[in-house]
Amino acid sequence: MRLDIRLPLGLLFLVFGLLLSGFGLTGDQTIYQRSLQVNINLWWGLVMIGFGLVMFVLGRRGHRRVSSDDHGTEARGKSASEQE
Amino acid sequence: MLTAIDWIIMMVYFVFVLGIGAALKRYTRTSNDFFLAGRSIPAWVCGLAFISANLGAQEVIGMGASGAKYGIATSHFYWIGAIPAMVFVGVFMMPFYYGSRARSVPEYLRLRFDEKTRALNAISFATMTVFSSGISMYAMAKLIQTLHVFDAPVQRLGLPVSWVFHAGIVLAAIVVLAYIFLGGLSSAIYNEVLQFFLIVAGFLPLVWLGLKNVGGWSGLKAHLDSGYTHSWIGMGSAHTNRLGVEWFGLAMGLGFVLSFGYWCTDFLVVQRAMAADSMSAARRTPLIAAFPKMLFPFLVILPGLIAIALPTERFSSLAANQGSAVVAPEGVGLIPPKVDPGTGDPVRDSQGRVQLDYDLAIPNMLLHYFPTGILGLGLTALLASFMSGMAGNVTAFNTVWTYDIYQSYIHPKASDQHYLQMGRMATIFGIALSIAAAYMANRFNNIMDMLQLVFAFVNAPLFATFLLGMFWKRTSGHGAFSGLLAGTLTAALHHSLTLPAGAAAGVKGGWLATLHVYPSEMAQNFWTAIFAWSGCFLVTILVSLATRPQEESKLVGLVYSLTERPQTRGLPWYQQPVILALIALAVVVVLNIIFM
Repeated sequence: MRLDIRLPLGLLFLVFGLLLSGFGLTGDQTIYQRSLQVNINLWWGLVMIGFGLVMFVLGRRGHRRVSSDDHGTEARGKSASEQE
Repeated sequence: MLTAIDWIIMMVYFVFVLGIGAALKRYTRTSNDFFLAGRSIPAWVCGLAFISANLGAQEVIGMGASGAKYGIATSHFYWIGAIPAMVFVGVFMMPFYYGSRARSVPEYLRLRFDEKTRALNAISFATMTVFSSGISMYAMAKLIQTLHVFDAPVQRLGLPVSWVFHAGIVLAAIVVLAYIFLGGLSSAIYNEVLQFFLIVAGFLPLVWLGLKNVGGWSGLKAHLDSGYTHSWIGMGSAHTNRLGVEWFGLAMGLGFVLSFGYWCTDFLVVQRAMAADSMSAARRTPLIAAFPKMLFPFLVILPGLIAIALPTERFSSLAANQGSAVVAPEGVGLIPPKVDPGTGDPVRDSQGRVQLDYDLAIPNMLLHYFPTGILGLGLTALLASFMSGMAGNVTAFNTVWTYDIYQSYIHPKASDQHYLQMGRMATIFGIALSIAAAYMANRFNNIMDMLQLVFAFVNAPLFATFLLGMFWKRTSGHGAFSGLLAGTLTAALHHSLTLPAGAAAGVKGGWLATLHVYPSEMAQNFWTAIFAWSGCFLVTILVSLATRPQEESKLVGLVYSLTERPQTRGLPWYQQPVILALIALAVVVVLNIIFM
């Protein structure tokens, strides 16, 4: 797997979380009557930011490991062919 | 009702969906990449895609609807239906699917039995996927139309409101086409993972708000009569529970035949496990999937229960939208009465009672609790589920078409690039056929009912064939083929001789004679499946005993007794299929006891 799915997943949740919590902070507060007076945009947005960050960081770590492995084998392959 | 923020959220989602397809295009160079994701996907990703491919329109909307109609007993579809079957396919069947290197379920049938059994399965499966993806599209477009959430932009374009239906179908088709065309199965699987998390993110706050409103599970129990909140009490007889099924029909029909038939033999889900990067990952795929799957009743069934428990709303706004001047009759809770699309009048049953439109349980919950902003997220989750259901069907279709029909019977021995191209073309015409099916569903409601009936007849016996094929080496090709035909015939015969209570003879059954009346349609379905399975099982055994067995040397890797057990000893406990399976079963037993 060349592209770690956690990267786009984390990114999507980060963007959604920022959009929702930003809107929750700045937008009209009277709309929260239907959600039982809970500013659901703000709170759920923050949860999504948290999840997105965790996924993104895990994805970055996984991605880096995979690509450094690739470089490792490439480098080894090169030196082997140079020796010939 | 929707504001800019909702539209932005939906747009962002579509950008990501297409972006993933575009990013994966450069890794899709061979037919193996396109159809099997290069067998390179880690187990947890396959696991989530495994559930997500099944999380289509019927699942999300249908489970919410059943929750509102039957109560928590709907959880039987998960806790005695899906989970045991998923455990079985992971522990016992995956070694043969993955180990045989078959590229599809029909191809396994050719390796194990013969060409005719494969052809029968490939053709019926390909037809079914196209129609189910069409029905899924139709359901989505219909729902979007009923909700009136997308009316404003269509009207702004100067088009009549009825164009919402066409726009919904065309947009969904284009998006799914684009990402599968570009990245094939990897793209579908990646998007399914995204869709899985989106569905959770969209529905979790809904359940939380709903439960908070009704006072938690105990509050819900206080609002509803006890038939809604118990899954096993009253299952002793078909007349003492809301499903209208007794425990034996439930356990055998749903728990054994239908669920095992779907989760263990349907290429739509099995394909996700075949894409795994190793044998142990393939076996873990359904087991990892089992854990989130067993919690899904709380996400999709509970909203239905909450919708029916809330104080009844007047549906004047809905009636006004439909343009009818009739005084809107009352629904129950958030569930409106069903409205005849032609006349605008409420639909009544034979006793004159108003029928409820249970399919609107979840959408109405979204509209009831979600303010703008998170409403965009909820609708995105709903759209995501529709698209994942469609994409699952389309990827299964293009694989079976290309490998099992085109390569086998139309154009064998072409280059790999040719089959890759054919896979992309098959994606296009698979989707075109689904669109045709969606419009057919819109025009002729009865044709769709009939087709679904035929599919049920074809599907119900399949698990008997696989069970015998994998675990009894004596099973012969002639046995399997005649068993499948006999099972389908048994199903049709049983259906033609029985009726659910209150129905007239016709599509619902009894078209030859009425020998037995079932208390509910569900009971009839379960018993049709039981009969089909038994018919196939018996005929396969009898014909196999009468015909020549297959050479044992050719069955290595395909039959249990001739195949080495996959080694799992070196793996840590959380990667051992048997241990994961036992944990999953134990948790499901506990869940059944809690909600008994």
